[in-house]
Amino acid sequence: MIHSLFLINHTGDIFLEKHWKSVISRSVCDYFFEAKEKAVDPENVPPVLQTPHHYLITIYRGKLFFLSVIQTEVPPLFVIEFLHRVADTFQDYFGECSEVIIKDNVVTVYELLEEMLDNGFPLATESNVLKEMIRPPTILRSVVNTLTGSSNVGDTLPTGQLSNIPWRRAGVKYTNNEAYFDVIEEIDAILDKSGTTVFAEIQGVIEACVRLTGMPDLTLSFMNPRLLDDVSFHPCVRFKRWESERVLSFIPPDGNFTLMTYHVSSQNLVAIPVYVKQNISFFETGNCGRLDITIGPKQTMGKTVEGLMVTVHMPKAVLSTNLTASQGNYTYDLATKVLVWDVGKLNPQKLPNLRGSLSMQAGAPKPEENPSLNIDLKIQQLAISGLKVSRLDMYGEKYKPFKGVKYVTKAGKFQVRT
Amino acid sequence: MMNDSLFSLVCAGEIFELKAELNSDKKEKKKEAVKKVIASMTVGKDVSALFPDVVNCMQTDNLELKKLVYLYLMNYAKSQPDMAIMAVNTFVKDCEDPNPLIRALAVRTMGCIRVDKITEYLCEPLRKCLKDEDPYVRKTAAVCVAKLHDINAQLVEDQGFLDTLKDLISDSNPMVVANAVAALSEIAESHPNSNLLDLNPQTINKLLTALNECTEWGQIFILDCLANYTPRDDRESQSICERVTPRLSHANSAVVLSAVKVLMKFMEMLPKDLDYYGTLLKKLAPPLVTLLSAEPELQYVALRNINLIVQRRPEILKHEMKVFFVKYNDPIYVKLEKLDIMIRLASQANIAQVLAELKEYATEVDVDFVRKAVRAIGRCAIKVEQSAERCVSTLLDLIQTKVNYVVQEAIVVIKDIFRKYPNKYESVIATLCENLDSLDEPEARAAMIWIVGEYAERIDNADELLESFLEGFHDESTQVQLQLLTAIVKLFLKKPTETQELVQQVLSLATQDSDNPDLRDRGYIYWRLLSTDPVAAKEVVLAEKPLISEETDLIEPTLLEELICHIGTLASVYHKPPSAFVEGSRGVQHKRLPGSAGSGESVESPDTGSAAGVSEAPPAVIPSQGDLLGDLLNLDLTPPTTTGPPPPSSGMQMGAMDLLGGGLDSLMGAGFGAPPAAMPASFTAPVSGGLDDLFDLGGGVGMPMGAYSPPKTVWLPAMKAKGLEISGTFARRAGVIQMEMTLTNKAMSVMTDFAIQFNRNSFGLAPAGPLQVLTPLSPNQSIEVTLPLNTVGPVMKMEPLNNLQVTDVHIYLYHKSHYYLHSRQVFLATWKDIPNDNESQFQIKDCHLNSDAASNKLQGSNIFTIAKRTVEGQDMLYQSMKLTNGIWVLAELRVQAGNPNYTISLKCRAPEVSQCVFQSYEAVLKN
Repeated sequence: MIHSLFLINHTGDIFLEKHWKSVISRSVCDYFFEAKEKAVDPENVPPVLQTPHHYLITIYRGKLFFLSVIQTEVPPLFVIEFLHRVADTFQDYFGECSEVIIKDNVVTVYELLEEMLDNGFPLATESNVLKEMIRPPTILRSVVNTLTGSSNVGDTLPTGQLSNIPWRRAGVKYTNNEAYFDVIEEIDAILDKSGTTVFAEIQGVIEACVRLTGMPDLTLSFMNPRLLDDVSFHPCVRFKRWESERVLSFIPPDGNFTLMTYHVSSQNLVAIPVYVKQNISFFETGNCGRLDITIGPKQTMGKTVEGLMVTVHMPKAVLSTNLTASQGNYTYDLATKVLVWDVGKLNPQKLPNLRGSLSMQAGAPKPEENPSLNIDLKIQQLAISGLKVSRLDMYGEKYKPFKGVKYVTKAGKFQVRT
Repeated sequence: MMNDSLFSLVCAGEIFELKAELNSDKKEKKKEAVKKVIASMTVGKDVSALFPDVVNCMQTDNLELKKLVYLYLMNYAKSQPDMAIMAVNTFVKDCEDPNPLIRALAVRTMGCIRVDKITEYLCEPLRKCLKDEDPYVRKTAAVCVAKLHDINAQLVEDQGFLDTLKDLISDSNPMVVANAVAALSEIAESHPNSNLLDLNPQTINKLLTALNECTEWGQIFILDCLANYTPRDDRESQSICERVTPRLSHANSAVVLSAVKVLMKFMEMLPKDLDYYGTLLKKLAPPLVTLLSAEPELQYVALRNINLIVQRRPEILKHEMKVFFVKYNDPIYVKLEKLDIMIRLASQANIAQVLAELKEYATEVDVDFVRKAVRAIGRCAIKVEQSAERCVSTLLDLIQTKVNYVVQEAIVVIKDIFRKYPNKYESVIATLCENLDSLDEPEARAAMIWIVGEYAERIDNADELLESFLEGFHDESTQVQLQLLTAIVKLFLKKPTETQELVQQVLSLATQDSDNPDLRDRGYIYWRLLSTDPVAAKEVVLAEKPLISEETDLIEPTLLEELICHIGTLASVYHKPPSAFVEGSRGVQHKRLPGSAGSGESVESPDTGSAAGVSEAPPAVIPSQGDLLGDLLNLDLTPPTTTGPPPPSSGMQMGAMDLLGGGLDSLMGAGFGAPPAAMPASFTAPVSGGLDDLFDLGGGVGMPMGAYSPPKTVWLPAMKAKGLEISGTFARRAGVIQMEMTLTNKAMSVMTDFAIQFNRNSFGLAPAGPLQVLTPLSPNQSIEVTLPLNTVGPVMKMEPLNNLQVTDVHIYLYHKSHYYLHSRQVFLATWKDIPNDNESQFQIKDCHLNSDAASNKLQGSNIFTIAKRTVEGQDMLYQSMKLTNGIWVLAELRVQAGNPNYTISLKCRAPEVSQCVFQSYEAVLKN
């Protein structure tokens, strides 16, 4: 099982270590540093490393490496999932997951790690349960604590831990009972030079924010559940009912959680909201090149495309750019060679265009690689797959909650090849 | 307060200050001090000097303070064991606390204090907690057993905690069940044979029930445990599958992958024509695809596993090619894995798409990735014949880009394409030659040289090209040198007139100026070939080469089966069996996929046809040898159970050859029903005093190392030969085959005048000298006789086979020592040459040698190991021997570390000898 955890910042300093069994020397991380050195980019460090006596499994989140040391045969996914859960918990507790914030809250972090894992076995990883045992720091609470001498550690048995619904604590009370669901869809797509779709899929997620008193039992049903053939649920969802009736029936955790994720695969028709006409070329002589990008709406279902942004990783030889944007601003970062064009709202009457010349390093050969364009966009009030929630019912409690559903479509890994 | 910056500590003064604060009367101050101590500890500063002061804070009602002190204790108890004892009392008291949270905390912390002395005090509280009324305490205690086992395994066994833990598998609370399973799995890992997780249908049912209700982590433990179970029949297998499939929709990817493992394993048992089988296949694809949209680290592990899954069951993902298309901002480790899977899934249906993608990748930035993409194009060409043409033209396009590493990779793969489709794409050679100068990597240079040599007759200036390489011959890597040597010899054989000088030059460079034995040897061989028999040289050097196989990088089926059982583990990431790399698990049992519904109950069921599906796939180890088990049972070699004195393997059933003269063979035949005959006349013996061992005269000196001679067995019992008992054996001493016999007179009178006669036999054995028994043999006296043999006697094939009818003759004795197949190539060729029907497979049980020892031992008996291959965890020895009658026998011996049972496959043109060869093997190895 998980033996030790080291937190390492991106410059390679170990700033926190935790051992659940015997202490393992920090020097074990040297193997990791070696791999990190070799990989150049922190994203490219292989997640599973073998050393003579241990295995190092690493995740890279928020410019931090979470490095776990294991000694026996353990499912690596289990470790990786757990590490992500640790990062999520920090995020949840402290609002962000960064070196500074972890150092500021080192004792809470230590207490959390102790609660989350026992002898390498996960103990309590549900944020609800953890929050009952270790209260998240707030300014108000620390003032109160200093005045009254009370502590951040709860002294009751975490009620959720043993019931059949470990994700929900007992005795929840709200004056305003509300349940909100956000249907968020991300389009992952690769378009080729000519604009045809090489690959497209939709990653959907339903995020919920439920603040309901007592033990409500909710049922969420869809207009078109047939769209969903590939789903993963939060443990609270009753799988049997989904199988038989295609409705989501569950007792929700308290607060924010991910109810389900789904995946509309490339076999189904995935609508591509925008088209991109581009031409990036470099001349054999003269050390320069041309760039011309135009974006227009394609299948937007009548909604407005917002937050449009184009990112281009230019070849190393490109020194500077001299472009004009018909809409929005562009920047070119000389160090990272990244061109960012922030377009904003897409106006179908007047298509945004970016054109101009690229100047290259003198004497450098014509770059071989073709830069890809990365597109970012957002469409409010639309789930591009067409998924629609039809109703939300509540059983088990008497009051009437506020209910709401919001849809949004975003670009995930949306790439245009040139 | 939490937000104090606690990072400014630790110099002597501060330690002193902290000490004062820890001993303060004010609770608040104490707590802050402990927090500061913990903070320094967390960042790795040494605050162990404060041990007694911190422990003093332990007796408190404040839960947070208590927890903090516990944290400190766990960290430092090891370095201060005596001090830690001070804390024991508080622990024991806390284990009785009315608050279950405190009881659990205490038992949990005690387990983490890795001090031997403390463990003794831990036993009693732990026993109580394992039976606590509160499930929270029980589940914590379950984990504590695993901790304690890690510190002191003996203690845990003595105290009977393991049994208590087993009982917890039937606990009413699913979390307790999950933790008990987790603890047992961990303990079992250090005791591979302990059978701790003894699974039966009842426990399986309990686990399946708990599976639905426990936490995600518990589900992983339970699923991994389930995967070790082997269902009794296909019906049970199906019902488990049905109950596991809902886990495929879990948000936790580790749960999903563990569920995939269980399903992949149990699917093996389902009949393929079952509707459910198809449904299950369909259900497996979406979760695997979903794993690919997770974080890159998860993707990586998922991809490594998918790589295994598509090799075992390509049908699951055959329509999902597109999800493996690479995005430019994928981390490099994900890109490379995706590429691998794309090639595995490539088929005629999707090849156009795949090629378009690969071509796209070949223009990316990352060099490693580009290289692999170019190689992938070549692999596609070899895999999908219809696409070869398109692949070649794609590669040519890439060569036109003149990007150095792209060109080199392209040339390497074009060489492979030539080997797969000879005489088809030679038109591109001209283009390749244009790039000769830009090649700087050995592999590409070697590939280019090979192409020039192979097609020398079509390249007008082949001699110039090769000559240009020759200039820097000594600076080239071995690979290039060898290739260059061969290529020039090929060139010479094709165009002898103008290249004589060149070939002499390269031969002298290779033989006289090189220190590399490989190169020198090859040079000499060519030289000799060319100088003695140019026609033969032509036949050898320009021989038609076998086509390269389609997929060279497939994982060996046996290994693949084992890895499928380890889906989701480190083994699946490294594609190695756990025994190959997990520390301390030398005894790990190799997991195998369960057999299909072919055996057992379903034999009676009408659908046995489907059973052949799995059992038809025996571990094919020699490439392209499909069917090892093939005709094993048709060989008709199974010896009848004889009751005679020699072991049943003796092959006594054939009665063609007399060992000891006329009537004796019928005597020997007694074991299979021939009536006992009278003592043969040739054995009348005048007996006088004891003769010394003749044995030593022939033996002893110069005995080949490790040569084994089987112990003597009774060939002729006294009662059947008028009181003369003969026991004997065959041995090879100082290179001479000898028959060693002990003659015992059990009759009442003296025996004299011994003589011996050999009948014709399969091995041409005949006495090389007269039987020398000079003295009479008096009653109850024994005499040792050694008879040298030669193999020049008349050879007669025995039917149904075998050797000397009298005995279990061990053929290995007769191999001529200097005959063995000298190279892998010849071996492989011969192996393939012999029809599969002649192959037979045997098991050698309970042999505790490792492969090297076995190889040495066999070599002592003139069985030579030609090649050894280690396929993780299994050593394959390829061996050959030649019997004195000129029969070659090829053997493949599979030795698995830690497994006393060897598998041996024999191939021989005369399949009748296999059985005997096998017996010899067994005898040699067990001796």
